[in-house]
Amino acid sequence: MSAISVHNVSKSYGEILALNNLSFSIEDGELFGLIGPDGAGKSTLFRILTTLLIADKGEAYVAGHHVVDDYKSIRQKVGYMPGRFSLYQDLSVEENLSFFATIFRTTIEENYHLVKDIYVQLEPFKTRPAGKLSGGMKQKLALCCALIHKPEVLFLDEPTTGVDAVSRVEFWDMLKSLKEKGIAILVSTPYMDEASLCDRIALIQDGNILKIDKPQHMIRDFDKPLFAVTTSETYKVLKFLRNAQFTASALPFGSSIHLTTSFPVKPSEIKHYVERTGIPVDDVSPVEATIEDVFLELSNKKTI
Amino acid sequence: MHSETIIQVNGLTKRFGDFTAVNEITFKVDKGEIFGFLGANGAGKTTAIKMLIGLSKPTKGSGKVAGFDIEKQAEHVKKNIGYMSQKFSLYDDLTPKENIRFYGGIYGLSRNEIKTKTKEILEELDLKSVANKTVVSLPLGWKQRLAFAISMVHDPDIVFLDEPTGGVDPKVRREFWETIYQASEKGRTVFVTTHYMDEAEYCDRVSIMVAGKIEALDTPNNLKQQFNATSMDEVFLKLAR
Repeated sequence: MSAISVHNVSKSYGEILALNNLSFSIEDGELFGLIGPDGAGKSTLFRILTTLLIADKGEAYVAGHHVVDDYKSIRQKVGYMPGRFSLYQDLSVEENLSFFATIFRTTIEENYHLVKDIYVQLEPFKTRPAGKLSGGMKQKLALCCALIHKPEVLFLDEPTTGVDAVSRVEFWDMLKSLKEKGIAILVSTPYMDEASLCDRIALIQDGNILKIDKPQHMIRDFDKPLFAVTTSETYKVLKFLRNAQFTASALPFGSSIHLTTSFPVKPSEIKHYVERTGIPVDDVSPVEATIEDVFLELSNKKTI
Repeated sequence: MHSETIIQVNGLTKRFGDFTAVNEITFKVDKGEIFGFLGANGAGKTTAIKMLIGLSKPTKGSGKVAGFDIEKQAEHVKKNIGYMSQKFSLYDDLTPKENIRFYGGIYGLSRNEIKTKTKEILEELDLKSVANKTVVSLPLGWKQRLAFAISMVHDPDIVFLDEPTGGVDPKVRREFWETIYQASEKGRTVFVTTHYMDEAEYCDRVSIMVAGKIEALDTPNNLKQQFNATSMDEVFLKLAR
């Protein structure tokens, strides 16, 4: 049985098409990433699957139940961490957790094993009001609260947005260990580098799924020659490369420029081409694509 | 190369009760630099920026921004810098033109100056076709670039960007960075915070704050060497963890 299955789901807000005929499924124990920018439709999809919003078209099932006909059963079985911090700010860490346990008719003790690894980090602050926690700590508490009733499926809507790089790494470590406990996880993120930590991902933009696959497969299937060009004059070289005949795209990528070409070119030719203008180039080498390259390539295709 | 200093900070400190949010930071930024100001959540970045832009008084230490003392001449500092954050944005129910006029007015530009600026911004950003539509209907990427342009409507020597690219798609993020490069090419200093470590690589120099202190400050390449790392992400994790 799939933990989540979505069939041709569409949703509009007035004239804006938020979700355009989406279909996919997530298996039990799978960590599935929904990767896309703000406004892609990620939160709308989460609300439909957590039974808070009704789709205009299509069907969806979560933990074996229909999201409209059987919404009450789903609410017992899922944990949901919305994008906005939604705990009680004036309740303490401990009170929040105990509140969520109580409304799901369980106790902290009963499912403590699920949250233990995370909760021990919060324990020193357990009497502190949730509103006074740091960003990373708030995320951890929210995750505990979403887990305390032992859900079968966990929905995490942008849990790491605005969270610093260190807390993000810790958060993903926690997701990995939850997955090992057999919980299916649907997580959304605008950070492309987090994609590689998922079993499978869907790249989503403007309500459309651009592609669904394992992240390693997406990288393997990237079909254009890709080079990293390093120079101290990034902006000048960028502008210059865009006019080159061989260039398909030239974009800043961290410490280098990622250049895709429409036909095979030797790195030395590229270097020579730029250096003719007198701008020094440190290095041109072929590189493996990242998920961000894949996303950029796919979203470019779409606009053309 | 001759370089002018646009930010000079000495032992800048801010305490809230017993808690030291910013702990004796000292650094300078040269004119025309793209300076990345990084740090984990709660490291004290926002508090430090608030002092730099004249919104919060230091408990100790001193600083000059755009030629003015951040404590004694805070009002002058505010007039001579640009500021854009992810949250502060434009008035959604005004058009791009009206937004430019509004902020131009706030910064005391004359009617003629506003007219010239409006033309300049709309042309540069290719917004003429939507000049009279409300901002709410524009794509996020356009809004961001418009907000950035408007933060510089009064031609400040330095502009502060507080997480300007949070949540936007990779393409838009890059387009935005190209406008940052453009501004910097014209000699404007850009002081920027971000959680995207690849963006740290786009900066001329980067500082990393940990628990109120600046623990590292150099060019991305030197930092990577110093910390024996292949990326800024690794540098950041080594320092902040």
